[in-house]
Amino acid sequence: MTLYFKYMLLLFKAQMEYRASFLLLVLGQCLTPFTVFTGLYFMFERFGDMKGWSFYEVLLCFAVTHMAFSITECFARGFDMFSSLVVSGDFDRLLVRPRGTIIQVLGSKFEFSRVGRLLLGAGVLIWAIMNLDIAWSPLKITALVLMEASGVIIFASIFILCASFSFWTVQGLEIANILTDGGREMTQYPLSIYHRRIQQFFTFIIPFGCANYLPLQYILGREENPIYAFLPLAGLLFLVPCLLIWQIGVRRYRSTGS
Amino acid sequence: MIEVNGISKSFLVSKRPPGLAHAVKSLFRREYTVVEALQNISFTIGSGEIVGYIGPNGAGKSTTIKTMSGILVPDSGTCSIMGYTPWKDRVSYVKNIGVVFGQRSQLWWDVPVLDSFELLRDIYRIPPLEYRSTLALLVETLDLQALLHTPVRQLSLGQRMRCEIAASLLHSPSLLFLDEPTIGLDAVSKIAVRQFIKTINEEKGVTVILTTHDMNDIEALASRLLLIGKGKLLYDGTVQGLRSRYGSKSGAAEASQLQQASASTSEQGHSTGSLSIEDIVVQMYKEYAL
Repeated sequence: MTLYFKYMLLLFKAQMEYRASFLLLVLGQCLTPFTVFTGLYFMFERFGDMKGWSFYEVLLCFAVTHMAFSITECFARGFDMFSSLVVSGDFDRLLVRPRGTIIQVLGSKFEFSRVGRLLLGAGVLIWAIMNLDIAWSPLKITALVLMEASGVIIFASIFILCASFSFWTVQGLEIANILTDGGREMTQYPLSIYHRRIQQFFTFIIPFGCANYLPLQYILGREENPIYAFLPLAGLLFLVPCLLIWQIGVRRYRSTGS
Repeated sequence: MIEVNGISKSFLVSKRPPGLAHAVKSLFRREYTVVEALQNISFTIGSGEIVGYIGPNGAGKSTTIKTMSGILVPDSGTCSIMGYTPWKDRVSYVKNIGVVFGQRSQLWWDVPVLDSFELLRDIYRIPPLEYRSTLALLVETLDLQALLHTPVRQLSLGQRMRCEIAASLLHSPSLLFLDEPTIGLDAVSKIAVRQFIKTINEEKGVTVILTTHDMNDIEALASRLLLIGKGKLLYDGTVQGLRSRYGSKSGAAEASQLQQASASTSEQGHSTGSLSIEDIVVQMYKEYAL
């Protein structure tokens, strides 16, 4: 873990070598979700609510997803960009160092500019909470923290899963973005607005629903059962097979050298 | 120290004729050819040796180095280095080796060299005291003092290579793999790098395995030579042995012809009449039709 922070520090120094470009990136990262946000605002202005979800409730959902995604992009970017590591052959370098591959890939890249998106997400979260009438309890706060953590874990798992594909294809698969960007776009709205099949996919296969929609029901007081507060832990269940596939991929790489 | 026994490795290379139609077709069905990168390679290397590993491009040099450094798993054969099998217990094995890929950097591009060194210290878990003394020694022998606070991207290739070599020795490995360490360097840097390799070999007893296309590297450093071609080990012995075996073997006419051909392009002294090692290697490549 200390090594991870050392990596982070070094790459932060590297990033600061290009200050102007960094600041512009932060601003740019802030703007992308902002356009989505304004779209949301005007839509609600026109239609009032969305399948029984008010504007601020949807905002809460939106903020949680975007914060989790930006945190993941910032800290697990190494997996997102992993195919370039394989193509350039720099993955060989990682293999001759006496540390695990996962920590080294995580440490190979950080995308600090995502702090822009994170700040916007946090702003929206606070604004939504202030406008919602929520009876906060320690359990609800725990649920919110778990939602965020679980979102990060699920996004990171998808990054790892997609990165593993490049052991087979060398070139990363653009199709993988269906899961990452697609997952983000879908889960920024409450799952209940979608078709039942899609709901099932995002609950039982990729458990975004457990990290987002279901605990939100509890926080908003639509569900009383406290088990909903702990559903985000299901995100950990998704991480396990992804790590397994990663390990298989590393073994395959070492026997093909592709 | 190193025992390599009957290592073989083959790759599947997808082949595809040029043209759009074939590109589309290859999406669905690919044809593969099997390339035998290594065929039954065996050798042993003793502690403290400097071994030059040469061969034409695509002969299997890098594959051998990658296998010996634990990056690749061979199809068959055994390899024991310091008691480890490189591709098993990877993590505990690689603590004992240093690897320099001449064409790829292991330093972080945008930060000063010293920052890269410090991160490597943490990656290899080098105790602070040991780190300081090793670093002091490396800085002195490689003349790095002026470079330590410069970002890597601003270094010249020669300066960078000195830093690369230092980086791969920070954890005091007892075995050093150098994959084309002098590629692209000017004469001064080449000599500095060679000198340094000699020094660490003599003073610290580091075993060095070196691949190169520059025969002067071999002559300056390696008492022993391994020559590989098309995945087969063709020669294992001293430089002198190579000279006596191949230098006189083929007819004098061909030799002088070769000499003339190369005299115009290379600047090696042929005044003595004996073939330069470069010529001998060219001759060998020809003989084995590489």
